[in-house]
Amino acid sequence: MADTKVEQMSVKVVEDPSLMTGAIPAKDWMDVPAVFKPGNYCYPGKPSIMEYHNKNLPGLFGESREWEIEDDDWKLPENWKEIIINGIKERLDKFRSFKIFMDCCVRCGACADKCHFFLGTGDPKNMPVLRAELLRSVYRGELTKAGKILGRIANGREMTIDVLKEWFMYFYQCTECRRCSVFCPYGIDTAEVTMMGRELLHLVGVNTNWIMEPAANSNRTGNHLGLQPHTFKENAEYLIDDIEEVTGLRLESLNFNRKGAEVLFVIPSADVFADPGIFTFMGYCMLFDHIGLDYTISTYSSEGGNFGLFTSNQLMKKLNGKMFAEAKRLGVKWILGGECGHMWRVIHQYMDTMNGPADFLQVPTSPITGTRFDNAASTKMVHISEFTADLIHHGKLNLDPSRNDHRVVTFHDSCNPARAMGLLDEPRYVLNNVCNNFHDMPENTIREQTFCCGSGTGLNTGEIMDLRMMGGLPRANAVKYVREKHGVNTLACVCAIDRATLLALMEYWNPDVEVCGVSELVGNALIMEGEKEKDQGLRFEELAVKEGDTDV
Amino acid sequence: MATIEHNGKNFEVDEDGFLAKGMEEWNEDWVDYVKGIEGISELTDEHQKVIDTLQEYYKKNGIAPMVRILSKTTGFPLKRIYELFPSGPGKGACKMAGLPKPTGCV
Repeated sequence: MADTKVEQMSVKVVEDPSLMTGAIPAKDWMDVPAVFKPGNYCYPGKPSIMEYHNKNLPGLFGESREWEIEDDDWKLPENWKEIIINGIKERLDKFRSFKIFMDCCVRCGACADKCHFFLGTGDPKNMPVLRAELLRSVYRGELTKAGKILGRIANGREMTIDVLKEWFMYFYQCTECRRCSVFCPYGIDTAEVTMMGRELLHLVGVNTNWIMEPAANSNRTGNHLGLQPHTFKENAEYLIDDIEEVTGLRLESLNFNRKGAEVLFVIPSADVFADPGIFTFMGYCMLFDHIGLDYTISTYSSEGGNFGLFTSNQLMKKLNGKMFAEAKRLGVKWILGGECGHMWRVIHQYMDTMNGPADFLQVPTSPITGTRFDNAASTKMVHISEFTADLIHHGKLNLDPSRNDHRVVTFHDSCNPARAMGLLDEPRYVLNNVCNNFHDMPENTIREQTFCCGSGTGLNTGEIMDLRMMGGLPRANAVKYVREKHGVNTLACVCAIDRATLLALMEYWNPDVEVCGVSELVGNALIMEGEKEKDQGLRFEELAVKEGDTDV
Repeated sequence: MATIEHNGKNFEVDEDGFLAKGMEEWNEDWVDYVKGIEGISELTDEHQKVIDTLQEYYKKNGIAPMVRILSKTTGFPLKRIYELFPSGPGKGACKMAGLPKPTGCV
């Protein structure tokens, strides 16, 4: 939990002098150095982890070494500046988007107050425009004629150690959620600027362990947590025991690595490890059993998430490659994806060009309803909420929404499914069919304008808890609004990082609000053939007493 | 990397105070050290059972067990585990047993 007490934090956010509270900075932003202190930075990658990455993808991650963020000397390679400048040049050539984003910002400020980290911290360098300017100023100063001659007058500056440290601070106070991009009249995707910034830092060995260790695990075992095949299977089967306890039914349909299955199902690995993701997993299993889906789960491609997205495009490509490779090996027709957030950004925006075309797969067609998902014609991957909404629409599910009457639900649009793939209505359609009490948060905090949990892109680590609670404040505040107005006690979402981080965020700002995946509520509402009379939900919580039932 | 001295022994720990080399360097002095920082007055058979279970599971799986599996194997409900280890199964019990903390979407 965060070090700062919630009362102090609230006062700090609204009263401490900052750009958010109307204080005018005394110095030009270029003259304000980044100061690291415990709680405002993530720990660097462990040498053993970085050695592992260097063996697999040489040349991307600098030297593995022991170093401390708070030390003056980061033990960078001698020619670190040359590496960075060449890295910028290479990327300007390679990524047209990056070149445009460096050139076309007019600093109109439309993005400035759209960032949850700016709203929570009041730090001007968390305004997306200025965050991008941290890199843009170096591009101008080092690589454009005007900047080289005019320097600061042309808003250019030299690449120095202080600049590098400032990059590390602010490219790791951005969750690449892309809310700011929604408001940019030029369509600048600031997340891609952060991605470039992080790639450049990696080249000189500047990284964080919370991202690099899961990425290493994922490469080695198939998933971020490092669950080996036997553990992955055992955990999943353990959850089948729990389903039996709640429903009285032993589901026989769960299976692994089965060749010839129609559908490969890929989940975020936390769904077979941690609360409350495990309840989401139980919901998936019940749904598939209920409709008799011919599916299999892979212990090789056992992770939807891809911490390569938070690292470098080469690592992202490598980790993502497992999905198509496994789909091909197993001979499935198409891939169904679980409630993972950033997985869908990788799939919708990069997968096809990185690892496609997946012409050995078919355009996904629901075997239950016959619906052809033409929107997934190239990636061959369908989101579980799309799939479920289609089943409900065709009346294929036997549902009793009153089994979720103990819950008053709101929906957090997880950033990437919402903004990277446009999944806005399907989860709401599902929720409105599986529970009786649903209330949306205010309109400027949901759908395309959804506020991030404050801990995405691998910032979901304990050592920056205060920062996370500040960054998550706008989301928590919107939840508080519906809690007070409608008595909301459940925050549903479709992302595993959310399920972990919103839990901490709610415990801090709205302690009586629980967090769940959408599929958990589906599982609760399903009337399964042959089930026993249900008096508990999937987390063994008591259900609401039905009207007409006598209270004994 | 910090070093902690306890009972004349040195332990290398990571930033969160977990044993850097894990069970390789784990011994009774480490247990005694974590007992102190966790504010556990006396180690009981119940504590020992949790530690044994965690270590045995880790050797087989290379990761800490799901909390529910820990509960089931030891027979202690989560509430009891928190009574035994006030910082919880991860920061308390895993630390004492010399396991690393899990990373990823958790």
